[in-house]
Parts: sequence; structure tokens; C-alpha cells
Amino acid sequence: MPGFDFSNYNRNAALHARGVPLPKATSTGTTIVGCIYDGGVVIAADTRATSGPIVADKNCEKLHYISPNIWCAGAGTAADTEFTTAIISSQLELHSLSTGRKPRVVTCMTLLKQHLFRYQGHIGAYLVVAGVDPTGTHLFTVHAHGSTDKLPYVTMGSGSLAAMSVFETQWKSKLTQDEAVKLCADAIEAGIWNDLGSGSNVDVAIITAEKTTLKRNYIKPNERTQKLKSYAFPKGTTAVLNEKIIRKQDIGNFVTIHDLTEEGGDKMEVDT
Amino acid sequence: MSSPFSINGGACVAMVGKDCVAIACDLRLGLQALTVSNNFPKIFQYGDNVFLGLTGLATDVSTVSDLFRYKVNMYRLREERQIAPRTFANLVSSSLYEKRFGPWFVSPVVAGLDPKTGQPFICGFDSIGCIDFAKDFIVSGTASEQLFGMCESLWEPGLDADQLFETISQSLLNAVDRDALSGWGAHVYIIEKDKVTKRLLKGRQD
Repeated sequence: MPGFDFSNYNRNAALHARGVPLPKATSTGTTIVGCIYDGGVVIAADTRATSGPIVADKNCEKLHYISPNIWCAGAGTAADTEFTTAIISSQLELHSLSTGRKPRVVTCMTLLKQHLFRYQGHIGAYLVVAGVDPTGTHLFTVHAHGSTDKLPYVTMGSGSLAAMSVFETQWKSKLTQDEAVKLCADAIEAGIWNDLGSGSNVDVAIITAEKTTLKRNYIKPNERTQKLKSYAFPKGTTAVLNEKIIRKQDIGNFVTIHDLTEEGGDKMEVDT
Repeated sequence: MSSPFSINGGACVAMVGKDCVAIACDLRLGLQALTVSNNFPKIFQYGDNVFLGLTGLATDVSTVSDLFRYKVNMYRLREERQIAPRTFANLVSSSLYEKRFGPWFVSPVVAGLDPKTGQPFICGFDSIGCIDFAKDFIVSGTASEQLFGMCESLWEPGLDADQLFETISQSLLNAVDRDALSGWGAHVYIIEKDKVTKRLLKGRQD
């Protein structure tokens, strides 16, 4: 079982005690949503990753693969959502291989909440888990401390309030797939425009009993227009003091290869 | 005491061009306002076409660069082949996340060309291993905010090796001139299919 290495912990804790601030991790100050409809479930996310007030990544992926029929949307500390979903995906694959059954969404949700509860919220992963399994269509939220919810429509992240306002005004029971996708995309867009932690594009995943469709950059409302002028500098602008070129063909000058002939030594014994 | 990321200072940037990539760093090593060395490169090579830039706490820069030299050597012995940039990026990511609750104070940048397709590859990381796959450029270090501004305005798609060199050099040089903790010369690597060009830039020494 893989685990964490705490060998730098005491050094960093000592530094922290002397007033050194903790490093700032990339966080997905995010809008993520999920919505069940008749015949499946839709999850969606924005694509902005932030580090403090700086936009670290303008088009990151927040929809994570768990198994072919289960996907996860992640908010919170970006590294934690990435690795927590990867480790549970791996455990679930081994579990379904040993049981010979398709993985269930509740199993995934339980593995996630037990993993996160064990770390008492220090693993900052806030997740929307969605999928279709032999027992039906499911949608959950999992918080970093280990609590879970089961609802027909959910939102999470810093843009959750903006997104929930869309669901609370427009959601109805008995949605079609197209209506559910539209509703989720609208909810994400509410986050993109009204929440500073969310931005750029809308990613959507549609999970049905038959198949999962990942629509990466389903809506791109923030495309960069081409620059009107090129800022390419003429060759020789930068002053160079020293230049060294290493060509692949010249690597042979540094490495010599000797082919060993049979006379050169005894043949290695090989089992027949 | 200030943040471990800004005690020693330093800057690093990687950019994608047409069938080439570039990675560059400054050369300063300092202790807060006191400059200790003007020859402390922050770019390390781990294969024919795989480069790693490391900024942050200098002790961790040295330790982590040596750790990856060991890990990549073990990979080469086990696999009997060179490590690919994408594989190396995943190695960096999982190695950093292993120390989730006691991280190395480094902000790595990986640049290289895919050995099979020759496709340019760059990515950056936070100190706990979250990968930022970018199609344009990656910045890190104490001058990262200045670099973001320079790269966002100067970079454009489809630059050839010579143009890319000028663009990355001007981006770095002008960014570090607005950061007291970075500068004092720079190294620039231009990585192409069959050659790597390493240049030492003339920069301000103040």
C-alpha cells in the first residue's frame, strides 16, 4: 500500500513555527456540478486552476476517470483531487478484477470517504462522484472531511452558490439528456462569469448505462483572439556570451560502443 | 522569516515552438538580499531530450535534482532505455506528492521532445506535484508574475528555433530585471530533434 513520506515534516514544521508561511498549492477554486436525468447522469466543470490570485492554468481538466462507468469532478487542492481519484480508481479496478463484477458508485464513494476521513480533512479533495452501475444511476458529493451526500443535483467549489442558483431556479424532475447537459453547462457558466475562482471553458461528461461521453471544452466562451501584431524579435536581438551545440550524431564522440565477439570471452550459459 | 520559496531567489521558464522547445533559467543564488553566487544554474538534463528546471529553496533544488538523477538512472537500468519527458513528468509528480505533508520547497518545470513523435512537451508543477500541462509556456520562481506578463504578451504559436530563442531570452531577461532576487546572467537551452543548443546570456549584474 503506498503511503506518504513525512521525512521533511519536522523540518518544515520547525520552519513554520519560526514564522515561515506554508507553501501555496495550486487550488482548483472551482465550479463543479452534477445532475441526474432519466437514463443517466451528467457532470460538468470549469477549467481554471489558481494559485492565490494568479491563474495557474487556463484550461486544466477537473473531470477525473475512476472507471469506464464512474467519473469524478474535483474541487479543492488540485494535487489532492488528482491523486485521490487516481488511487481510488486503482483500488476499484483491482476490486472489480477480484470480484469479477463491474465497480459500483457506492463502493467508489465509500472508498473515497474512508480515505479522506482517515486524513481528517488534511487531504483537501472535494468531489462530485457520478456513475451508472448494475444497481442504477448515482450521484454523490464527498467532502474533504469524509461526509457524503446523495442528491439529484449537486454543486461544489467556490462557484457552488452561483451554480446552485441556476439549479434551484431551472431544475425539474424528468429531464431529458439534452436538458440535463444544458442545465449543467448553464450552471458552470454561472460560476465562470460570477465566481473569480472559476473561469475559461466548460467540460461535460455524460454517463449512461451504455457508454460515457466526455465532452472536453464543450463550451469555449473565453477564446483568445489572435494578436493583431507579432512581437517576434529579429535574430540577434539577445546578446550571447557563449554557445554550445550538442548534436545527436556527435554523442558518439563521447560514448564508445564495443561489440563483443565470441572469441572475446566465454559464452554465457543459457538454460535451454 | 520569509517564505522558503523566496530566500534564495531564481526564475525559470519553458516555451513551446514549432518542432522545438526552449527552457531557460537565471543564475543567481542569494541569501535574502545578499548575492552569494552568480553561477548557480537551475536546469538539469535527464536524457537526450529531457530537461528539468528547478526554482525555490536552493538546498531542495540540489537535493531534488540529485534525487531525480538517481531515480532516472535506476529507470534506465531497469527499462534499458531513456526516459521520455511525459514519463519523467509523472515521476516528478508522484515523487513530490509522496511528500504531501512535508514538501520539497521547489517549483519544477519539465521540457522536452517526445522521443517517438518528436512532439514538444512542457509542463509545470506546484510543490506537491499537481501537473500543469500547458500548450504555450510555463513559468516558475520569484519572478513568475513578471514572467507570466512577458510570456503572455511575447509568445505566439509556431515560432521556429531562432525566433523561440529570442522570445524566451527577452521574456526571461526583462522579467528578472524587475525582480531583485533573480537575474545575474541566464542559461537558455533550445531543444530540437537532433541537436540541443545551450547559450549563456549577457544579463545585468546588479
